Amino acid sequence: MKVLVAVKRVVDYNVKVRPKADGTDVDLANVKMSINPFCEIAVEEAVRLKEKGLATEIVAVTVGSQQSQEQLRTALALGADRGVLVSTDDVLEPLAIAKCLKAVCESESPDIVLMGKQAIDGDNNQTGQMLAALLNVGQATFASEITVDGGTVSVTREVDGGLQTLALQLPAIVTADLRLNEPRYASLPNIMKAKKKPVDTTTPADLGVDTGARVALLGVELPAERQAGIKVEDVAQLVDKLKNEAKVIS
Amino acid sequence: MSILIVAEHDNNNLNVATLNAVTAAGSIGGDIDVLIAGYNCTSVAEQAAAVAGVAKVLVADSEAYAHALAENVSLVVAELGPNYSHVIATATTNAKNIMPRAAALLDSQAISDISAVIDVDTFKRPIYAGNVIATVKSSDAIKVITVRGTAFDAAASEGGSASIESISGEHDAAKSSFTSEEVAKSDRPELTAAEVVISGGRGMGNGENFSLLNGIADKLGAAIGASRAAVDAGFVPNDMQVGQTGKIVAPDLYVAVGISGAIQHLAGMKDSKIIVAINKDEEAPIFSVADYGLVADLFDALPEFESTI
Repeated sequence: MKVLVAVKRVVDYNVKVRPKADGTDVDLANVKMSINPFCEIAVEEAVRLKEKGLATEIVAVTVGSQQSQEQLRTALALGADRGVLVSTDDVLEPLAIAKCLKAVCESESPDIVLMGKQAIDGDNNQTGQMLAALLNVGQATFASEITVDGGTVSVTREVDGGLQTLALQLPAIVTADLRLNEPRYASLPNIMKAKKKPVDTTTPADLGVDTGARVALLGVELPAERQAGIKVEDVAQLVDKLKNEAKVIS
Repeated sequence: MSILIVAEHDNNNLNVATLNAVTAAGSIGGDIDVLIAGYNCTSVAEQAAAVAGVAKVLVADSEAYAHALAENVSLVVAELGPNYSHVIATATTNAKNIMPRAAALLDSQAISDISAVIDVDTFKRPIYAGNVIATVKSSDAIKVITVRGTAFDAAASEGGSASIESISGEHDAAKSSFTSEEVAKSDRPELTAAEVVISGGRGMGNGENFSLLNGIADKLGAAIGASRAAVDAGFVPNDMQVGQTGKIVAPDLYVAVGISGAIQHLAGMKDSKIIVAINKDEEAPIFSVADYGLVADLFDALPEFESTI
């Protein structure tokens, strides 16, 4: 079974992003970049499928700038076998990324595509679902457990109010939620080995994908700040304030 | 201009989250139709027809839609989409699953989780875990949108008298099938719909101590939530998580107990009307968003709070 895992280069989750002074976009100058945490969980799951003897090959794919190679190398250090970089200096929207991934899937023919449920930059939560639509295959988003058995995959999903389990025919797209696994740390020898693993580079134009933007970013701003309130002395004062000032309890 | 709302329901009842989408649609303007894709879902259609502001309810009733499988429901949405300028749903896990798939079928770049409507094609939405609000303008002919439920008031569930129409045909993509579901059973209100939420964090110490919140929740009719730290530590299950990667809540009263106030937690609750923080660390960031802060050991404060309210 061949597994394709898509990864994205994003601002590190510890960074608090701020708008640029002119408010046109967020300020990403000299900001630490990392592999999107949900993508890392997807890579880990692919590696576990290989360790269980279910996956034979793991191809890591990213759509992004040349610097995105760093995140491909992270995926390779975690255990992916080879990488594909769809190189572009433009910031692509989820639909355009899904179209690029579709083209890669058509040449790679993976049995299962693992992705993060969302990237922590745009917070769109769209690309996996869009890829599944474009490939006309089944999808299981927000996965917390994946069991592959022959030509099907059983996926337990984190949904509002609980868990739902679906069975999908392969090929299928599965997007990872937080609890799917806890990614390992890449060992130094594996980081060294990853540098020698092959990475192919292509472009959206080579893949025949029109990446023109459909949604224009008009500007960014900080959310309305909440004013800090007061400190109360004790529980009695707190309850009094809630009853008589805020009037939220009776 | 006309707007199609994709309703959220369980084949018996219209999920109140749908009412937030109706309000968002109302602020865009135009006729509002509601799609109910389900199985034996007549009662849902009747409830949707009664919602104020709805012109027409379209019912796609088939076993293929019984469990809202994205592969099947997205085909219905994509078939109807070209009749509308906007296709909207409240950003529940179901809608997040279905809407991007439908958008791709319509070759439209979906817009997720909008928090405000500026005009017919311009919207605000939180990005970077809510640290920044982006203003975006869509040039797609059919705009596929999910709305953040807490950012729009619920439309009145009564007062409307929409017509109900059946949609013929059935879309069964036969790519996936429903196996089972495990719905957490609780007498308490659902987190995202509760008027009062009381959440515990790592300061609770362990899962058993969460029982200290039960009596208070009972008295206040509150839902019980948790921070990601408490979930990661294994105190409570993930479906209790409030935060950017969990549930987004905006109740009238939010009580944060033993929660330090990481960005990712604040992103999930800072739109609450009144925030109370109880924490023994007076430097905890949660106090910077709290209307009322109590610096105290939660193991002393909680029993006293329960007996005083």
